[in-house]
Amino acid sequence: MKITLGLDSTSLTRRYPRLAILVTLFMAFGVPLGLYVAALAIFPLNTPERLNAMAQQWFGFDLAGSPYRYLVYTLFLLLVAFIAVNFTAIFGGVSTWVERRVAGRMQSRIGPNRTGAAGFLAWVADAVKMVLKEDTIPASADGLLFRGAPYFSMVGLLLPFVVLPFGESTVVTDMNVGVFYVTAVTAFVVVGILVSGWASNSKWALFGGIRGAAQVLSYEIPAGIALMVPVLMAGTLSMQGIVRAQGGYPWDWFVFQNPAAFVAFFIAVTSSLAEGNRTPFDLPEAESELVAGYHAEYSGFRLAIFLMVEWANMWIMGGLAVTLFLGGWQVPGITDEMYKAALGTGLVPAPTWFVFQALSMLVFAIKTWALVFTFIWLRWTLPRVRVDQMMSLCWKYLVPGAFLCFIVTLLWQLLVPPVGVKITGVVFTVFALVLLVKFLIDTRRNIDRVKGDRVDLSNW
Amino acid sequence: MAIDMELDRHILRRTDAGDEEIVVNFGPQHPSTHGVINFVTQTNGEVIRRSVPDVGYLHRGLEKIGEQVPYPGYMPFTDRIDYLAAMFANEGYAAAIERLLGVEAPPRAKYIRAIAGELCRISNHFISVGTMAQDIGAATPLTHALRERESINDLLEELCGARLTFNYHRIGGVAFDLPVGWGDKVLRFLDHLDSYIQEWDRLITFNEIFVKRLANVGIITREMAINYGLAGPNLRGSGVNWDIRRDMPYGAYPDFEFNIPVGTGRVGTVGDCWDRFFVRVQEMVESSKIVRQALAKLPEGDIQAKVPRKLKPDAGEAVGRVESARGEMLYYAVSDGSEKAYRLRVRTGSFMAMGIVEELSHGIMVADLIAVIASLDVVAPEVDR
Amino acid sequence: MTQEEVCTQLKEMFGEAVGALSETKGDRFVVVKGEKIVEVCRFLKTTVGLEFDYCQDITAIDWPARKVIEVVYHVYSLVHRHGLVVKVETDRDKPTLATVEGVWKAATWLEREIYDLFGVNFEGHSDLRRILMPDDWVGYPLRKDYQEAGGYHGIGNTRPDPLVQLSKVTDEKRKAFVAAAVAAAAAAAPAAEPAPTAPEGKV
Repeated sequence: MKITLGLDSTSLTRRYPRLAILVTLFMAFGVPLGLYVAALAIFPLNTPERLNAMAQQWFGFDLAGSPYRYLVYTLFLLLVAFIAVNFTAIFGGVSTWVERRVAGRMQSRIGPNRTGAAGFLAWVADAVKMVLKEDTIPASADGLLFRGAPYFSMVGLLLPFVVLPFGESTVVTDMNVGVFYVTAVTAFVVVGILVSGWASNSKWALFGGIRGAAQVLSYEIPAGIALMVPVLMAGTLSMQGIVRAQGGYPWDWFVFQNPAAFVAFFIAVTSSLAEGNRTPFDLPEAESELVAGYHAEYSGFRLAIFLMVEWANMWIMGGLAVTLFLGGWQVPGITDEMYKAALGTGLVPAPTWFVFQALSMLVFAIKTWALVFTFIWLRWTLPRVRVDQMMSLCWKYLVPGAFLCFIVTLLWQLLVPPVGVKITGVVFTVFALVLLVKFLIDTRRNIDRVKGDRVDLSNW
Repeated sequence: MAIDMELDRHILRRTDAGDEEIVVNFGPQHPSTHGVINFVTQTNGEVIRRSVPDVGYLHRGLEKIGEQVPYPGYMPFTDRIDYLAAMFANEGYAAAIERLLGVEAPPRAKYIRAIAGELCRISNHFISVGTMAQDIGAATPLTHALRERESINDLLEELCGARLTFNYHRIGGVAFDLPVGWGDKVLRFLDHLDSYIQEWDRLITFNEIFVKRLANVGIITREMAINYGLAGPNLRGSGVNWDIRRDMPYGAYPDFEFNIPVGTGRVGTVGDCWDRFFVRVQEMVESSKIVRQALAKLPEGDIQAKVPRKLKPDAGEAVGRVESARGEMLYYAVSDGSEKAYRLRVRTGSFMAMGIVEELSHGIMVADLIAVIASLDVVAPEVDR
Repeated sequence: MTQEEVCTQLKEMFGEAVGALSETKGDRFVVVKGEKIVEVCRFLKTTVGLEFDYCQDITAIDWPARKVIEVVYHVYSLVHRHGLVVKVETDRDKPTLATVEGVWKAATWLEREIYDLFGVNFEGHSDLRRILMPDDWVGYPLRKDYQEAGGYHGIGNTRPDPLVQLSKVTDEKRKAFVAAAVAAAAAAAPAAEPAPTAPEGKV
């Protein structure tokens, strides 16, 4: 295979299409699959009892009594963290590809289609490019703060992964204060925004940083209160506990079991959008006003970190909403007893248990991707709100609304018997289905209303 | 650069109240200033105290060039005065010189001028409303507008060979006749356009967030608009029912029936940004009507009047006016009997609109300044020439 | 109202300061004395029946032969649908004129442009500084006797002819190529090996 680089203008994808497809399939399916399998295999082992048992049975080593056991536990946790961080980075990249293709389709254009089959390797190319770029630091910027700011945001992004349950037992650790912990650590992102805006020593960056700080801090309030609604309904702050209190079928999800939860779901999602700086709340980095706002002066790897934070945050936003409102990883038809029964005895669970785990991870992934797709859709449809409108929305509408939902949920939990909850679940599910069908019909009708030539996408 | 410090000292004074005010430059490179224009803005946090436009980055001396180049040779330069509505720029110049010479374009040429002009108006308004939507934050309407505009680009390319700077009009008429089958293509496009405008309205015009961003922002009252010499959709958005096509008729426009959309304050106040936006959207619908009527009634005949090769009009002066997409474009040509103009003056709608930005900028927010500039539909080449 | 009637009214009001309506080819204009221009404009704007509320254009024409710079006002009435062209002749050596900014705000920027490109000083203007040219530009470009300064802050306004430069480069390259080919042929002849083929590229 003679590779003549530099003289030929045709892309590598065009010249070696089979190779491109193979690499794309590997990156698109092989790598995430590998991550999932690793998560499936390793996350459930991440408890001291299991590690001790594993060390005892497979290596004949008494870990429980060893003075080095915390070292082993820490190493194992590092392995788990490695998988989680990898997942974050890869999701950040893949979601940029999805966003660009979906945005392209919505905008009557194609999106990336040259690097790799269907342009899938564009994010890999972008990541490599970002790492190789020159690391420019403005001469008058505050050196230490400028260099360190992206890492604050990254920490704020990665810490919620500790409690986010990907599947029935695939969670790094199931804290009993999970929701409280998530609300606390997502505030780290605003430190990164504010510090980068200030340290860049540029008026535009400062504008973006101040706006970002105001926005994220303001929307923490309605987000926190709205997230308390499922906590009330489940009776526990633990994420796994909240998911186990829901069921697999839509009428067992919290969002449909309670009108206040229905409203709180939308408040929580809107506040999440605002915390993640997504349109319609992308004022801190409003491209047409501030030209990238708080990360205007960044280039290279540090910029890649800011961008990764922004895109991977969608997974957190979606995952949180799915876990707390949309039934999390609960698979319709598989109950708690079935998981326990499949566990069996012995160190390694039966294959059925792995199948159930994989199913639960699949359900979680599908639900979260559906929400992520909705976020992308919103970004490319809606215009941006203005700063004062954003603040008034938060303080005048969302905060009182969230409080109202909280109080209604309190009363609901006290007064409504379980059968009433079940009926509400069914009624709201039907209502949501009717809305969905109406939406699809309206869309079809709107598309048919425009006469004349359609755009030719045969170069897809 | 030293320039901004000069502006600082001459004009912008910091308050003594101790408020932290920032002087920030919007531009000259900025995605939303619609060209290379600098707005020196003095802000107190998000609220602007004043914003002074600093123009001239795109000054190419086109009026001086008008004195160096013979009359027919100046036509390509007029394209560059306003490259988004180049047909009107051509037409205005041709109108001025035809008045100087005392010739009149034949009827077929007048109709073709109307068709080409109105198609250009639709094309220009697509860019205007699309970029306005993007400045407010919605990225999708712009690509849709550009997609529709591609059809017009293709049509005009078939007509005169160029997609942007047409150089299509000549002194005395137009350069090329309509290609065979072109009229049917235009009608097919117009059928699509009329149904597409409804989708556009559903997508962005009546979008709740968009309306809230634009209603009651940048209000220009009737008196202000007339006093500042605004023209075109800016003037009509403030409620002034004035259109050169109807009120100082030229060309074939007396033969057409069309409405003049005027701002009514439908979602806010008369003369706010949304009114100017909506006037432009409605003007696209009216332009489509005009093109249909023109194609239906198109007369046969010459497309160019007989004018000599070397144009040497008698000494005198003349004014040519067209209702360009951006307002009234006025060409003032003074001749001294030679083959080059003695003085050629172009007055454009964007120049007058720039003059009102400082007045509108007191007390609005940064995001509103972007909305105001976008709603005035300025392009830098028209301001600077 | 026709232009003659407007001029008659102006003459009644201002007498000697207003000239006769011109009879030249093309559009007709009326010449007004510079001292009275603000009063004339205010009269045109405020009088019932005239009401010239819209200032379409203010521009200038440089006549070095007549030693004047003419400032031309195109004014229009949206109410009554009539227009007028008013000209003022200012002394070319020291062109000054009162500003009509108080009558039509449109004059603010239009007069700034005339100041920038012709050098006419408008007395009473709120913000008379250059608008299109940089603030430290020397000279008034639209005057007929304007000479370019030959550069601005070290940026020249001439450059060597690119075709001449290209032909020089081509000459040198050709000489070098020929010399290299001759040397390669001399070195390869004793070895009697086929020369390596050039790398293939897509045609």
